[in-house]
Amino acid sequence: MSMINYASREINCKIVYYGPGLGGKTTNLEHVYGRVQPNTRGKLISLATETERTLFFDFLPVDLGTIRGFKTRFHLYTVPGQVYYNASRKLILKGVDGIVYVADSQLERMEANLEAMQNLYDNMQEYGYDLTTMPFVVQYNKRDLPNAAPVPELQGALNPGWEVREPPKQRVTPDPYHAGENLIEQIPSGEWVERAPYFEAVAVTGDGVFDTLKAVSKLVLKTLA
Amino acid sequence: MPVGAASWSFTEDDYGAILRSLQQFLYDSNARSALLVDRSGQLVATVGEPPQFDPTAFATLTAADFSANDQLARLIGETEFNSLFHQGEQESMYLVDIARRVILVILFDNRTTLGLVRLKVKHAVEELTRLFAEMFQRGREQANPPNILAGAEDEIDRLFQ
Repeated sequence: MSMINYASREINCKIVYYGPGLGGKTTNLEHVYGRVQPNTRGKLISLATETERTLFFDFLPVDLGTIRGFKTRFHLYTVPGQVYYNASRKLILKGVDGIVYVADSQLERMEANLEAMQNLYDNMQEYGYDLTTMPFVVQYNKRDLPNAAPVPELQGALNPGWEVREPPKQRVTPDPYHAGENLIEQIPSGEWVERAPYFEAVAVTGDGVFDTLKAVSKLVLKTLA
Repeated sequence: MPVGAASWSFTEDDYGAILRSLQQFLYDSNARSALLVDRSGQLVATVGEPPQFDPTAFATLTAADFSANDQLARLIGETEFNSLFHQGEQESMYLVDIARRVILVILFDNRTTLGLVRLKVKHAVEELTRLFAEMFQRGREQANPPNILAGAEDEIDRLFQ
């Protein structure tokens, strides 16, 4: 739930980084924290265990610029990825405006990726939020590792697309981030499907981190426009 | 607005009424400051001594604290913990729910007592609950709240170039 504060002329939005444990959600936030000007960000709050595993959440507020005289302030949260912490994970989704799903590209993490994606859909549904109609992007992290699965394989498993039923939306919509690919298209079976925009990333070096953040922020602001 | 996310807004008059109610409470209770935090972690208002900490981080942690305790309440068979108290050596906090949507956080020190804070907050909670109930009702009646970003697509695109 975005909050517009007319007194301080701020638009506050909440973005949640979701995904399997050790997938790089916290690393995304740490990179953003390290790279943006100190005057455009707040404190990075981490509720983590002694071994630096996220226990409850990480939180980072960042300003991304001004629109119509309103400062756009994004509250970035990560959730604990470990299966065990579902109760805490669900709490963080309350009032969310946009989701980044951070997948671990390593072949052996495929099952964990699928489980986390299913868990995301389930938790969103429990709040009555519909992931298919809200700002949602997928990030394939750890692309630098030798055991990273090919992107088409990851897309097929984690972002196969959801059916588009409304006729006005049934038109080919190119993916602005990948030439020759479409976000909405008709598949050979005749069904129209829409996929979430995706990004390849290496969060430890920062590759793809800002592309992901910018894409989801833009989608969030467009829901307000 | 994103599907499923409830929205609400308040006018300058509402804001004035909220501030007046909280100022009166601070005067009566001798507490240092009062903060109103939305359940999703956004800071709504601050009254009294300006906080010496990062209010954004504070609001986020408050909402998380309250949500976690709500779940604990359910586990032991309660529907909620309506209020929470955190005691420090010098500074203490008292948190109380308003209309299931907002959290009132009161910061106080040795100049007052928990008993007085709890006694005086009752009236403030009643008044704020009424104010917020009216605001939410109005929010439901207004089908389309004013949209400040309407037609700003180009500006949004430029921001992310």
